Amino acid sequence: MHHHVMEAVLGAAAALAVPVALIGLAGEPASGRDAAVTVEIPAAAIDYQLPGEFLADGRPAAAPSEVRAVDAFRIMKQQVSLADYGECVDDGACQPAAARPGQVDVPVTGVNWLDAHAYARWYSAATGQSWRLPTALELAVASAERFVGDSYSAIADDPSNPAIRWLRQYREEVAANRAPDPEPKRRGHFGSNSLGMDDFGGNVWEWTSTCYERVTLDPVDGSVRGAIENCGVYVMEGQHRTYMSSFVRDGKSGGCAVGTPPDHLGFRLVREEPAFIAKVKSALQRGLTSMFSGTGKG
Amino acid sequence: MFTRRQALMGVAAAAMLAAMPALSAAANETEIAALPREKVTLVAPPFVHAHEQVATTGPKVVEFIMPIVEKPVVIDDEGTTLQGMTFDGSIPGPMMVVHEGDYVELTLINPDSNSMPHNIDFHAATGALGGGALTLINPGEQVKLRFKATRTGTFVYHCAPEGPMIPWHVVSGMSGTIMVLPRDGLKNDKGEPIAYDKVFYIGENDFYIPRDENGDFKSYDSHGESYADTLEVMKGLVPSHVVFNGAKGALTGENAMKAKVGETVLIVHSQANRDTRPHLIGGHGDYVWEEGKFANPPAKDLETWFIRGGSAGAALYTFLQPGVYAYVNHNLIEAVELGATAHFLVEGDWNDDLMKQVEAPGPIPIN
Ligand SMILES: [Cu+2]
Repeated sequence: MHHHVMEAVLGAAAALAVPVALIGLAGEPASGRDAAVTVEIPAAAIDYQLPGEFLADGRPAAAPSEVRAVDAFRIMKQQVSLADYGECVDDGACQPAAARPGQVDVPVTGVNWLDAHAYARWYSAATGQSWRLPTALELAVASAERFVGDSYSAIADDPSNPAIRWLRQYREEVAANRAPDPEPKRRGHFGSNSLGMDDFGGNVWEWTSTCYERVTLDPVDGSVRGAIENCGVYVMEGQHRTYMSSFVRDGKSGGCAVGTPPDHLGFRLVREEPAFIAKVKSALQRGLTSMFSGTGKG
Repeated sequence: MFTRRQALMGVAAAAMLAAMPALSAAANETEIAALPREKVTLVAPPFVHAHEQVATTGPKVVEFIMPIVEKPVVIDDEGTTLQGMTFDGSIPGPMMVVHEGDYVELTLINPDSNSMPHNIDFHAATGALGGGALTLINPGEQVKLRFKATRTGTFVYHCAPEGPMIPWHVVSGMSGTIMVLPRDGLKNDKGEPIAYDKVFYIGENDFYIPRDENGDFKSYDSHGESYADTLEVMKGLVPSHVVFNGAKGALTGENAMKAKVGETVLIVHSQANRDTRPHLIGGHGDYVWEEGKFANPPAKDLETWFIRGGSAGAALYTFLQPGVYAYVNHNLIEAVELGATAHFLVEGDWNDDLMKQVEAPGPIPIN
């Protein structure tokens, strides 16, 4: 699965006479473990609804959207499987998952953020590569047309009557009436999106590395005035965006979320590319000339 | 502590105030801003901050500040540790006292050193889930809530974030009590004024500490690590500890409550989660507001009173005999085995009329 990178590096080596020794530095697996299948998500700029809670003039405000750009990256095609996670548990590097269905080729669920984080560290060591949880923005880009984000507006409908919003949100949630789907599904069951990433938006919500934050907006122009980050609570994406305390393994335990709780909590990882390779690759994508002319941005 | 004389002197002032027109049903911000303000420094239980039993002024805005403190707490004599969550650093949270018609203005602080969002639900308040929907704050945030104390009585307050976090935070220590006194003070069943010399505030907690494979209580490095196991124990509804003032023995020995013969004590008993049945062994409840709500006449001469989970009640008693009194949850298994026992040390003269050992223990005579 490193075809792409290897090609890029070899190509660069041939073209630029990069010392072959550098390839060794460039992030080849240190062990023989087969790393997961990834999909390449091309660089993109999306209209992104910011996660968190927002206040303007001391009152709940709608989450603003901003155009956000992301460089190309690689993300696991599928969610981490129960079998793969089990290896980390066997190695003593991960806590057992709270949910252990009979099947093996199912995504691991019943894992909290700390478990997902521990797995990423173990998996990086096991593969000799650098793996981490995706940011909420990366997951938004990678999930493409399946991305939902916040399903309900948190805006205070009537600034003098907070109950109007509570009643509206309650009615919206009742109307949405999502049926729970607790049965574990084989990986791939929910199919691929347009970028080749499987199962996003199925019955497994995915942990991100993005912390919940409460953001104060300028009441006039809506610009961000300040934010208080709470990294005890993380953004999760799936059928709808939710916020979950880092120690929660069961979606029904909720975090500070509204809405029907997630059926299951799982995750997939992003593979960090070594800076050198990313640079060469990026240069190759833009054309070698830009690299030499100094206009390429690495 | 207020003497009865002070309290009775207040009655005259209150009678004058009663003749004044009541504050209009819905005051606007300008009217509220014009009210006098009082800053109260809270006191750790079983004690209660100084307060008037009979209000000598009209309604005011009473300001309280409560930081939320997450910290490990030792809850028995074996060193069992609870990953505690507290209002103001104590279990239970401190008791607040105001009068009917006052405004409670609470600044709730969730310091950066905490790990979880918290809020506060006042059973004495009206709307927004008791204020819970307007007070959810993350570590590093604070919020200010104002509510009008419209009903008299003793009321529970507790943390109520969302879902299973609610019972977990409550059984981790996040509950307390507010007492809203009638402006003209407490009344007996005949409507006559009654007063107390001392008030003691007993918060009862049920704790659910997980055990390891050997049956020993487990300890955890953090709240998060304790969460899943604790939830399992909680769902069994069998508490590992039922204690007063946050720990087994917290109100015994050096910390036993003290009174004198002839003193009238108001005992406020609060349980945010689970039913309980306080009983003063060797004493009574002269006047008991089981439900804690002073608009209802108190019951008289109770032996044991029932406090519904999620409420606070109050019992007024004048000690008539000296001695060591045990104040227990009269499920005696909970009192003796699980920790729900407190002591009163009462000094004064013995009353033979009330009780006398007519004959000391001795051999059974053979005839
Ligand atoms: Cu709390």
